[in-house]
Amino acid sequence: MNIVVLIKQTFDTEAKIQLTGDGKVSDQGVNLIINPYDEFAVEEAIRIKEAKGGEVTIVSMGGDKAQEAIRQALAMGADKAVLISDPALAEVDHYVAAKVLAKALEGMEYDLILTGWVAIDDQSAQVPGRLAEILGLPQANVVTKLELEDGKAVCHREGDGAVEVLEVPLPAVITAQKGLNEPRYPSLKGIMQAKKKELKKVTLQDLGLSAEEAKAKIVGYQLPEARQAGKVVEGEPADTVRQLVEFLTKEAKVI
Amino acid sequence: MGKVFVIVEQKNGALRKATYEVLGAGRQFADQLGAEFAAVIAGQNVGGLVDEVASYGPDKIFVADDEKLANYTTGAYSDVIGKILLKEQPDYVLLSHTAVGKDLAPRLAQKLEAGLASDCTAAVVEAGELVLTKPIYAGKAFATVKSGGGTMLATFRPNALGSFTPAGSKNPEVVQVPVEIDPEALRVLIREIVEKATGRVELTEAEIIISGGRGMKGPENFAMLEEIADILGAAVGASRAAVDSGWREHSDQVGQTGKTVSPILYIAVGISGAIQHLAGMGSSKVIVAINKAPEANIFKVADFGIVGDLFQVLPVLKEELQKVVGK
Repeated sequence: MNIVVLIKQTFDTEAKIQLTGDGKVSDQGVNLIINPYDEFAVEEAIRIKEAKGGEVTIVSMGGDKAQEAIRQALAMGADKAVLISDPALAEVDHYVAAKVLAKALEGMEYDLILTGWVAIDDQSAQVPGRLAEILGLPQANVVTKLELEDGKAVCHREGDGAVEVLEVPLPAVITAQKGLNEPRYPSLKGIMQAKKKELKKVTLQDLGLSAEEAKAKIVGYQLPEARQAGKVVEGEPADTVRQLVEFLTKEAKVI
Repeated sequence: MGKVFVIVEQKNGALRKATYEVLGAGRQFADQLGAEFAAVIAGQNVGGLVDEVASYGPDKIFVADDEKLANYTTGAYSDVIGKILLKEQPDYVLLSHTAVGKDLAPRLAQKLEAGLASDCTAAVVEAGELVLTKPIYAGKAFATVKSGGGTMLATFRPNALGSFTPAGSKNPEVVQVPVEIDPEALRVLIREIVEKATGRVELTEAEIIISGGRGMKGPENFAMLEEIADILGAAVGASRAAVDSGWREHSDQVGQTGKTVSPILYIAVGISGAIQHLAGMGSSKVIVAINKAPEANIFKVADFGIVGDLFQVLPVLKEELQKVVGK
């Protein structure tokens, strides 16, 4: 069972967002992590490999710093990695990203493509579906349980207020949701081994691609207006609750 | 003349609540753009929905009715709807950012080789084009997105656009679309659909949410929140601390690694207000916090806060709300 796991390096969930002088999102002083949902995908791939054999290949797009995220995935137990790194990819949309990833997967042998259902930075949740469409593969999105049976994956997909149990023939694109597993911490041995594992860097030119126009253009970034702290009361519940209910019914008029 | 399309979402023959907003907004955007407005309904036995959809004023309704569309599957729905869109080449395609919308939209966008702005919380028509606003970093910042030229898709977060009164029917042309699904698109089989039997409104669509955190001290105490939720017709959420402690299911989690919600009223109980939780509910219209620690972060964003022991406050709150709501 050969598995490709797509990962993205993102800001830490605790990161404060600030804008640079020219209105872009600043990465100054921000901790970088593997997108948490991608980490579930890495863990799942390694568990499958441990149970059934095969190879886990990490594929990522990003700058040089993304190597840290990749090394972490390798330290967890993935076998090798490809980093697509090119200045022309600094500000791509998901249409271009999916095309580049699809091209990078050409010639690789895989039974399964795993990734997180969403990245916590742009929270777009687009690349997996777009990639599946380009590759002509079936997909199961937002999966909290994955079991492999003869040539297919049985997936629990989180719907709105329901869980769908899907039978997905392989190869397929399957995206991880929290709850799928508990990712391991890399062991010291794993970290040492990861340093020797293959990490191939490729550019757009290596993939035979050239820079392409985005289909969706980001024209600006804004920070949200800070919320003002409101009224805070303390005292006997009978009194504080009465004030709250009065606020909800008369002032805010939400009940 | 341009075209604005809305993909209607239905479940078991009833329109999803989030669809009304997108239909209402779609009519408005189409008017401002001077564009034709069309709705697409896909499903099985959905003919009965045509009149209701028509009341939102589309000029045209496309209906794809087939037993293979009885339940949502990525393959069948994207195949059928994708074919309609490829033929019609609309300028804008609008969906709800629901479990279905966020699964379907990327595949449709790729079929159309189009852009997609997902999870949008606002949109305005400026200089003849739709300018979309979407949260990034779980609402710690926003990006403004426009089409790069061709068709542009957008999914909208439920409750973000506000409510719309139906514009009134324009006696739309109803087009029955022949359904011929590529067998490749039917490869995924639904083995089972397990409905969550809470009887409560879905978290992402709820107008009122009451959430509990570490301060709830244990899973059994969430019953207090559930009782209040039932009085208010609210959904029950949880912080990451409560979910990681195993007290609530992950699907209840509000925050950066859970659901991002924007209800009219959000009541945070025993939640300290970690940045990643605030990111998930910061766009709520009114925030109420109940916490015993006066220095808790949650009070910095709350419109109304009670410093106090939730185990004393909640029973009184339940009683008072019962009087007001009269249930």
